[in-house]
Amino acid sequence: MVVKVYGPAYASPKRVIVCLIEKQIEFETAPVDLIKGEHRNPEYLKLQPFGALPVIQDGDFTLYESRAIIRYYAEKYRSQGTELLGKTIEERGLVEQWLEVEAHNYHPPIYEMTVQLLFASKLGLSVDEKLVKKSEEKLGKVLDVYEERLSKSNYLAGDFFSLADLSHLPFTQYLVGPMEKEYMIRDRKHVSAWWDDISNRPSWKKVLELY
Amino acid sequence: MVVKVYGPAYASPKRVILCLVEKEIEFETVPVDLIKGEQRSPEYLKLQPFGELPVIQDGDFILYAIMRYYAEKYRSQGTELLGKTIEERGLVEQWLEVEAHNYNPAIYELTIQLLFSSKFGRPVDEKLVKESDEKLGKTLDVYEERLSKSKYLAGDFFSLADLSHIPFTHYLVGPMGRQHMIRDRKHVSAWWDDISNRPSWKKVLELCKTPFG
Repeated sequence: MVVKVYGPAYASPKRVIVCLIEKQIEFETAPVDLIKGEHRNPEYLKLQPFGALPVIQDGDFTLYESRAIIRYYAEKYRSQGTELLGKTIEERGLVEQWLEVEAHNYHPPIYEMTVQLLFASKLGLSVDEKLVKKSEEKLGKVLDVYEERLSKSNYLAGDFFSLADLSHLPFTQYLVGPMEKEYMIRDRKHVSAWWDDISNRPSWKKVLELY
Repeated sequence: MVVKVYGPAYASPKRVILCLVEKEIEFETVPVDLIKGEQRSPEYLKLQPFGELPVIQDGDFILYAIMRYYAEKYRSQGTELLGKTIEERGLVEQWLEVEAHNYNPAIYELTIQLLFSSKFGRPVDEKLVKESDEKLGKTLDVYEERLSKSKYLAGDFFSLADLSHIPFTHYLVGPMGRQHMIRDRKHVSAWWDDISNRPSWKKVLELCKTPFG
């Protein structure tokens, strides 16, 4: 029996999938169609009561919130695949810090832009241009702090790739791709180099191939 | 040299302080006045470049995502806050993320609108308050269901996940006058009584006054 990951077509589940590939953990996926509202079905809500993606089932163990899932697997499979938590407790502290930054500072504006620019039309809603502008400004300010940080270290938590960098992959892929805002990354020299590095990891390329 | 915690008057730093008290770790505090904008001073931004509270200094080590670090580093002393097994820790992380993504955004917005708008000379956005009340209510409904099945969020053990809720919920039932949101939900109510009466939280309230008395 392998880990089952729900909702692979979408961004947050891809956080989990890229982590599982880095840790060389076998998995399977189960589709969930957000446009059809399948995340609001009673069967899905039994697994994830907030109706969000992803959720995983690993035998009897059910877990949701993508950043909780990646922490769990990075810890449980510490001894195989890529080390994603740093080597010391202090390095892990910095990984946690930048994971929190991604969750609280990076994610809200980029998520808002995703909903407005990529999903509004699919849901029959009009784009809120004012909200897009505000979100883009917020994201720009966050990227300025990243630019400063990445001028001092190769990756966010230090000179090692970690969950903190990995967590940025799915939504940033939307940003430089279908949202057509690649300039936000390219206009920042160190962010640009960092993005090239992390998005060219074989694990991420595999995720994009498969889903 | 002890851990220095910045901004003890405010809610997010109280999460850290509560964790340090539970783990029996010595600390000192440094005031930061948000109304005066001290979190935007160049000296503060050197420590926390996003201009947010809290940040800690532990010798040379500066960190601004703090509870997990101390709960892990001091695993063998004080209260166990991460569960006993890797699976229990997974559930702690899950509910910490739920707090961060489902609970905190709504309750934080209510805090800004109802408790801080006047201090910043801004009018209250009633529409935003209504939306946030609704969001928070829906989240609390899920909590009610969860807590009807287990004593605490991650299982039958107190953890960082429960702890993380305390500072802002204290505002909710106190100065925000929304105690009914907790009391109208039987299991949430029992859980709140349990966690808010921990000696550690009572100690934090004694040591670190909120801006609202």
